[in-house]
Amino acid sequence: MNLHLKPSRRDILKGTGALVVAFSLTPPSEALAFVGDAALGKPVTLDQVDTFLAIDDKGMVTLYSGKVDLGTGIRIGLQQIVAEELDVPLANVDTIEGDTALTPDQGPTYGSLSIQAGGMQIRQAAATARSALLDQAAQRLGVAKEELTVSDGVITAKSGAGKVAYAELIGGKNFMLKVDPAAPAKNPADYKIVGKPTARRDIPEKLTGKFTYMQDFRVPGMLHGSVVRPPAIGATLQSVDESSVKDIPGIVKVIRDGNFLAVVTETEWAAVRAAREIKTTWSKSETLPDQAKLWEHVRSTRIVKDDVTSNVGDTAAAMAAGGKTIKATYDFAIHTHGSIGPSCAIAEFKDGKLTCWSASQATHNLRKQLAMMMKMQDADVRCIYVDGAGCYGRNGHEDAAADATLLAKIMDKPVRVQWSRADEHGWDPKGPPTLIDLRANIDASGNVTAWESEFFIPQGAAGMVDLVAATLSDRPVVGKLAPGGIVNDSAIGYKFPNIKTVCHRLETTPFRPSWIRTPGRMQNTFANESFLDEIAASLKADPLELRVKYTDPADKRGLEVLDRLAKVAKWEKRASPRKDIKGNVVTGRGVSYVKYELVRTYVGLVADVEVDRTSGDVRVKKVYVVHDCGQIINPNGVRAQIEGNVIQTVSRALKEEIMFDRGMVTSLDWASYPILRFSELPELVIELIDRPTEKPWGAGEPTAALVSCAISNAIFDATGARVRSVPFKPEKVKAAIQSI
Amino acid sequence: MKVSLHVNGKTEEVDVADSSTPLLYVLRDNLKLRGPRFGCGLGQCGACMVHIDGRATFSCVLPVTAVGDRKVTTLEGLMEGGKPNKLQQAFIDEEAAQCGYCISGMVMQAQALLNKTPNPTDEEIRRHMEPNLCRCGTHVAIMRAIKRAAVA
Amino acid sequence: MSLRRILLAVVAVGILVVLGGFALMWRPAIAPVATSAKSQTDRKAIDHGAELASIGNCADCHTSPNGAAYAGGRPIPTPFGTIYASNLTPDGETGIGSWSEEAFKRAMRDGVDREGRQLYPAFPYDHFTHTTDADIHAIYAFLMSKPAVRNAVPANELAFPFSFRPIVAGWKLLFLNRNALEPDSSKSAEWNRGRYLVEGLGHCGSCHTPRNALGGEKKGSAYAGGVAEGWNAPPLNASLVTAHKWTVDQLAEYLSTGWHRLHGAAAGPMADVAKNLGRASQADVHAIATYIASLSPGAEGAKAAVPAGGKVMKDQSAEVVAIYNGACAKCHNDRLDVGPSQAISLAYSTAVQQPESANTVRVVMHGIEAYRTDGGPYMPAFEGILTDKQIASVVQYVRARYTDRPQWTDVNSQIAKARQEGAQP
Repeated sequence: MNLHLKPSRRDILKGTGALVVAFSLTPPSEALAFVGDAALGKPVTLDQVDTFLAIDDKGMVTLYSGKVDLGTGIRIGLQQIVAEELDVPLANVDTIEGDTALTPDQGPTYGSLSIQAGGMQIRQAAATARSALLDQAAQRLGVAKEELTVSDGVITAKSGAGKVAYAELIGGKNFMLKVDPAAPAKNPADYKIVGKPTARRDIPEKLTGKFTYMQDFRVPGMLHGSVVRPPAIGATLQSVDESSVKDIPGIVKVIRDGNFLAVVTETEWAAVRAAREIKTTWSKSETLPDQAKLWEHVRSTRIVKDDVTSNVGDTAAAMAAGGKTIKATYDFAIHTHGSIGPSCAIAEFKDGKLTCWSASQATHNLRKQLAMMMKMQDADVRCIYVDGAGCYGRNGHEDAAADATLLAKIMDKPVRVQWSRADEHGWDPKGPPTLIDLRANIDASGNVTAWESEFFIPQGAAGMVDLVAATLSDRPVVGKLAPGGIVNDSAIGYKFPNIKTVCHRLETTPFRPSWIRTPGRMQNTFANESFLDEIAASLKADPLELRVKYTDPADKRGLEVLDRLAKVAKWEKRASPRKDIKGNVVTGRGVSYVKYELVRTYVGLVADVEVDRTSGDVRVKKVYVVHDCGQIINPNGVRAQIEGNVIQTVSRALKEEIMFDRGMVTSLDWASYPILRFSELPELVIELIDRPTEKPWGAGEPTAALVSCAISNAIFDATGARVRSVPFKPEKVKAAIQSI
Repeated sequence: MKVSLHVNGKTEEVDVADSSTPLLYVLRDNLKLRGPRFGCGLGQCGACMVHIDGRATFSCVLPVTAVGDRKVTTLEGLMEGGKPNKLQQAFIDEEAAQCGYCISGMVMQAQALLNKTPNPTDEEIRRHMEPNLCRCGTHVAIMRAIKRAAVA
Repeated sequence: MSLRRILLAVVAVGILVVLGGFALMWRPAIAPVATSAKSQTDRKAIDHGAELASIGNCADCHTSPNGAAYAGGRPIPTPFGTIYASNLTPDGETGIGSWSEEAFKRAMRDGVDREGRQLYPAFPYDHFTHTTDADIHAIYAFLMSKPAVRNAVPANELAFPFSFRPIVAGWKLLFLNRNALEPDSSKSAEWNRGRYLVEGLGHCGSCHTPRNALGGEKKGSAYAGGVAEGWNAPPLNASLVTAHKWTVDQLAEYLSTGWHRLHGAAAGPMADVAKNLGRASQADVHAIATYIASLSPGAEGAKAAVPAGGKVMKDQSAEVVAIYNGACAKCHNDRLDVGPSQAISLAYSTAVQQPESANTVRVVMHGIEAYRTDGGPYMPAFEGILTDKQIASVVQYVRARYTDRPQWTDVNSQIAKARQEGAQP
């Protein structure tokens, strides 16, 4: 993707002339660090059409998107929305993403909200633009607006009074229009592009070595940097022996700023070698709890506040009113994002202004943090998104950007920082450990009268995660925990008469927490949907039927998902566990269901597993998913996201936990943090429900929320043993089976 | 120092300052090839895979000075007449990529299998692809792509 | 005495010997049974049997590469030909489904199958004979609880006279000691438990003791070292060679995880042993370590401890240094106690200290992939990455840099052999 900015400097300064992009498929040789000027010429506030769209004098459309494609395929989805609303050929739409100088701040790309929130802002901008262009055409052609149709960017009067192309009307000029929330969007019944399976454009480039990842990006004159992190969190740098790396070909400088240590070199390999071979001494530091006692630690961490996420009726009274009480405690381990391509960023200072290229999912936030760290004005910092490897949340990209920024400042040259595998596994922020207590009361007639749950999770919401480089070099940081919106899905959608769900917000948590795919929602749904299964077992009720029983009968879409799930999975109505458990290798199935965050995407999931009772090995053999996300933009994209989320979460549920000693993460690569491989794949059956007349909701994370609970329920069905702790490693499963 | 390599059917002369430089960096930085990628540098993930005399190999743990006159093929070198070969096209047709970072290594590993076993069973494919990691969960689509190329 | 009388006496004695031999070696068939229903539901026995089978490492021999567990068919190469491990699943026709517990016990103790035929000692009943009735009962229950797999194992490929099973009776006369192991009251209960497991189910001596020409373990050379699938099973007695002296706890950790930071990884056939021991009772593994450690009280560590960074090398070929820096040092990073892939500084490696290069060559060529699925030490297989000449020069470089021992003399032949053997499954 070449970034050539076409308009003249005069146009930009005048504030006229839209910025459009010419794209070619050849790799870029030079990148332009175009700081400041571009920002003056283009609006980026959310209320302007020009913020989102530009049409050039050939009718080519540029979409400026604050949401970025992290490998999830939303780029084509957003282009489909634009092409549909404007009635231009899909091939005529191209995108600039995540550039703080050129694109709006639509919020970070997270939460499976790119289509649902970002796409709708874009749709409305396009609808406004279309309406305005029709108004213009009506005037020019002397006909009423209703007499006009649009096709391939050409407006034609039905009466034959003439036609005019978008290119003639607006080509290269600004709209100078506010986004009109009342501008009519296209009727879904007329859709030609949205809802159709559409091929992504980046995939052919990725298959032929033509795509530019952040890791491929080059800036002329750049140097390479590798960071040398402390051997333990909180350790201070005592000494550095620079002579230990002086003979490495290509070494340029050893940079030390407080506890921030890095090597700067002419080649990437020299940076790898120097970081590996440099002799340093650090102080001892033990800031982490004993991993063997992690849950005691979580439970005894000071609570700074309680978030009561639902309070229906009076659970205390219901619990005291007699009947049977069930209790259980669930826990979910610390996970890492595990991006297959470790984080990478390039930073360059020019005339006191900073440009930083990064694969960050939130370049607008990154810009603020880099400005804060370097004590600069936001306006003097530009962050530009370049696709990286999948990040699945706030991984190390921002920290690599901070590392590159520090080095670029000191060296006064562009610096590229490539994190190592150990940097990524060791220093990217982690999904925090989650501990959950649940209680339910069942009356003599077998009704669930009360549901209580308490979640022990760190304080904070989605926000800015402190940059490691800033902390190490004693530079300004935000200083708050930002684990993400982890209270979501602590509340449940089932209609029990008395419900109280409380999130105890903990003062601290081991490691920097940040959101990792389906943050909080995964852990919380794991506990909720597994505990519901415990209730079903206690009642000797069919778990799927129990979910139907306690779903609001007015929730037709939810009930349809459950109904379809039963059919596609050929669900046999019976209680769990199965009666005929015998032999060493047993099979079972489990179900889980959610209306994500209680307000959007419906997913139902069934998992079939095989358990070896003597070893505790669990194999997930088949997974069925029924999915209703309202209006589907690109069914290929939704399907791919569901597949990916299921497989990744099977890996997390069965195998993954970060290992650590008192000082630091010890699982620093794939040998010590194994993930699912080809030999362990389940078969997948996916049924999509498309509702073009409904709002489009997010896809991806909602499915992930259901995987671990369905597996736990399936293990119970197969063996009669309940495993309440992720990951379901063989020792744990074996111990649970032997304790029956 | 100057090193002569056979890459994608051509003889290339490269200049490396450090003789221990792994082939991966020479392919990417000296020869500007994008296929092989840095994923771990430890031979653990397969993102860097190339063919050395037809054998799928980690280029991140092979010093460039140890290659000698063995033939190196990268993702780019699989193309036929400037177009994706059968396997690459199968991946494109199945859209077997999400972030796509692992995909070059997957293709190189799969191509080595198909060169030896044109019609592998599912079991054979899974076993053969075991060394290659994907974090996005694209495995099932990758299986479809490999099978598509095998049958066609 | 007349010549005729002498001849008659000789013939009579000969007939008596043959009849006596027949009496010794002939075994009746034991009636086939339908698999006992009880044994399938006795969870305690099954779970205990599973742990004991982990110590016995049964699955390793009795599972073919890419085959179903315990369904047999794996070729076991011996100096006398190839023997195919039997199907231990409870399939009635092709497995042991029709074997009563009595028949199974006889096989474990006496090396005789249900039909009364001699079993070749590739099945190490010379060790398993020490197993108690209760343990055999548990293992039987475990095997009978596994899914039955129909797999007719190929016939053994042994040349005459080895294909004539009855001669095994002669072998047994020499090498099968059916006497029970008497506990040694001067040692701890844990040591005795370890001895019971090591001499019995663990059958460590099957690999770690040298064998004579008849394929029996050499008396008087217990644990003096042996060969397993081309790899050296190092000596565990006073001839033990390591960089650091083992402690019992270190050995227990190594045996159950396949790795210790001061010694290295269990590779080759030992990797499967370690993975199985990881599933056994950890108290039992500690007992095994206690007993094994007691076999080498006088053994010293390396004469002069080479520092973790190795020796400073002068006059090394630039080519081999480039290979070490570009390939090996990525993981074998001397600056770190434990590098990526759980690589340790080669100054600590046991393999590198051995008088033969067999294990070092094989680790470099075949890598360590056994722990890949569930995590553990890892090494890429360099046989496709480096040429044979490069491998030879790198292993000699490592020997020179990280030990005080002389260069190996067998490197090229080990490389050639290792290539023929192929990678570990």
